[in-house]
Amino acid sequence: MTAIPTLAVFKFASCDGCQLSLLDCEDELLAVADMVQIANFPEASREVAPGPYDIVLVEGSITTRHDAERIREVRRQTDVLVTIGACATAGGIQALRNWSDVDGFVQQVYAHPDYIDTLATSTPIADHVPVDFELRGCPVNKYQLLEVIAAYLHHRRPNVSRHSVCLPCKRKGNVCVAVAHGTACLGPVTQAGCGAICPSYHRGCYACFGPAESPNVGSLVDHLRGEGVEPGDLVAMLRGFNAWAEPFRSASDRIEEGSRA
Amino acid sequence: MTQRSATDAAVVFDPATIDLLIAELSDRGYTVLGPRVVSDAIVYGPVTSSSDLPVGIRDRQDAASYRLEDRDDDAVFGYVCGPQGWKRFLHPPETTLFTAAADGDVSFPPPADAPLAFLGVRACELAAIHVQDRVLLEGPVADPVYRSNRDRLFIVAVDCTEPGGTCFCASTGTGPAAGEGFDIAMVELLDATHRFLARAGTDLGAEVLAALPSRPARSDDQEQAGRHVAEARTAMGRSVDLDGVEELLYANAVNPHWEDIARRCLACTNCTMVCPTCFCTTAEDRPSLDLASFDRVRLWDSCFTLDFSYIHGGPVRSSVSARYRQWMTHKLASWHAQFGTGGCVGCGRCITWCPVGIDLTEEVRRFRDTDLRRIAVPVAGPFPVEGGPR
Repeated sequence: MTAIPTLAVFKFASCDGCQLSLLDCEDELLAVADMVQIANFPEASREVAPGPYDIVLVEGSITTRHDAERIREVRRQTDVLVTIGACATAGGIQALRNWSDVDGFVQQVYAHPDYIDTLATSTPIADHVPVDFELRGCPVNKYQLLEVIAAYLHHRRPNVSRHSVCLPCKRKGNVCVAVAHGTACLGPVTQAGCGAICPSYHRGCYACFGPAESPNVGSLVDHLRGEGVEPGDLVAMLRGFNAWAEPFRSASDRIEEGSRA
Repeated sequence: MTQRSATDAAVVFDPATIDLLIAELSDRGYTVLGPRVVSDAIVYGPVTSSSDLPVGIRDRQDAASYRLEDRDDDAVFGYVCGPQGWKRFLHPPETTLFTAAADGDVSFPPPADAPLAFLGVRACELAAIHVQDRVLLEGPVADPVYRSNRDRLFIVAVDCTEPGGTCFCASTGTGPAAGEGFDIAMVELLDATHRFLARAGTDLGAEVLAALPSRPARSDDQEQAGRHVAEARTAMGRSVDLDGVEELLYANAVNPHWEDIARRCLACTNCTMVCPTCFCTTAEDRPSLDLASFDRVRLWDSCFTLDFSYIHGGPVRSSVSARYRQWMTHKLASWHAQFGTGGCVGCGRCITWCPVGIDLTEEVRRFRDTDLRRIAVPVAGPFPVEGGPR
């Protein structure tokens, strides 16, 4: 009998919510344990097996020089590297530092600023090493996480769509909160995967799954401006968990430039 | 199905009889679906009595805008059409087609047990059901899911007397009065006496009507109904000249105006989801983790996604302009060649529910204004090849 594939989970700058999604798969967890040997997952077990591994899940963004080195070592230890969550795929909410003076924060917050060794930016894993698959979400959807693990184990392409939230929202039969309620909603430019949770509860999408394929953020921004949404509010909408994702980053920069002009 | 003449045995009943109609259909084993107020919109779903219906409510529709308002009367069908049509009940957004086991066993889900009755089908929606019949039943292979829902369907249509802000069925020739294919069609009259003028379209419809208390229609009932429907024809919020639109769109395949639309279009798929004739689907295999079995699931899909046109090497329609052109040209032009009917029924949903308010009727006007055939350089030809393998 051949050994079953090994799975390891590594954490960088993040809240742990995405890797906990794996433990949230209560009904499926035994089936997962039959498919893979969980070789390194400190949230689940103190037992750690050394690499190399068959599949590595990486949560979190790169915010220190030490982590920038560590991710290279992780990459060397695995065949397949899957990044999970907004931090690992876009830099996370902590990427708001990319617009700010990190040194200023350090001086204000810490009694001994000289103890702190941090980068000026929070960046996604793919900026540092090649990534085989990026699974979006803040946090990731546990069914999508299972789908990606199963797909790599069975050597097939994961069923993870890149289209907008509107498609599953309409399939569910939701009434559009933007058109019928006048609620500012980022669903049309946001990637599906969450099951259109927020519009299902009558609130606008806030883009925690990051930009959809071919996102026309500029057109949606123009429309929302016409509906009376203030530039500052639009910048805040776009600079959420996926603020540093290029389409949101550049659109929010353009709004700021426009309101300074 | 025997189609009767429109005036055959027209009768008049009062609004309270709507309850009896719902009860009669329920007694005959139908699951009755009709309009209800859900989440500040008029949404079609199960109704058991007139208290479920949107009495005294109207909708105000415009590009990217939909709001409900109180009416100053007790109209039962005093709105235009809901966010989504009846499509989701006949051609469901998600259907498990079969389950296959690793041992070779394949099982198909049983068809829905109760037949459906639709209460309050607008003329445009009735026309849309006929378009989907052409596509899903009358091709080389009939869709079994659609057929099982459609074959036993009972339709109560309601003619429009107050079209909405994005309506243009007068331009598409699909309204405001229900054409053929209904079991019962009604006109709601809100003059001095609030009443319904009803006519049967099938023998079954006549049988159901005969079970309800009513009086024979008089000439003044017919005259009033005729006048209101005729007025509706001239009160459409939108209009579009579809004369020669096939040639117009084919000749303008490379018109720069497609790029102008693409600057606004979000490619979010909303227009295709709410369109009552759009029928495209994708299929997903959902294996169990141990690979012992998988479900093949059919899902509504859209020509606005990249995956939709993905063939080996990449998507054929990578630009948003190519995707909008595909949708509009198919809907208004090549649909005729493919299905022998137009794909647009003038319901206006693609205008109302576009998050940025792109207006199909306005875009047709823009293509007429910028028609490349009026420019000296001949540019019409095959669609340009774009993208290519990545």
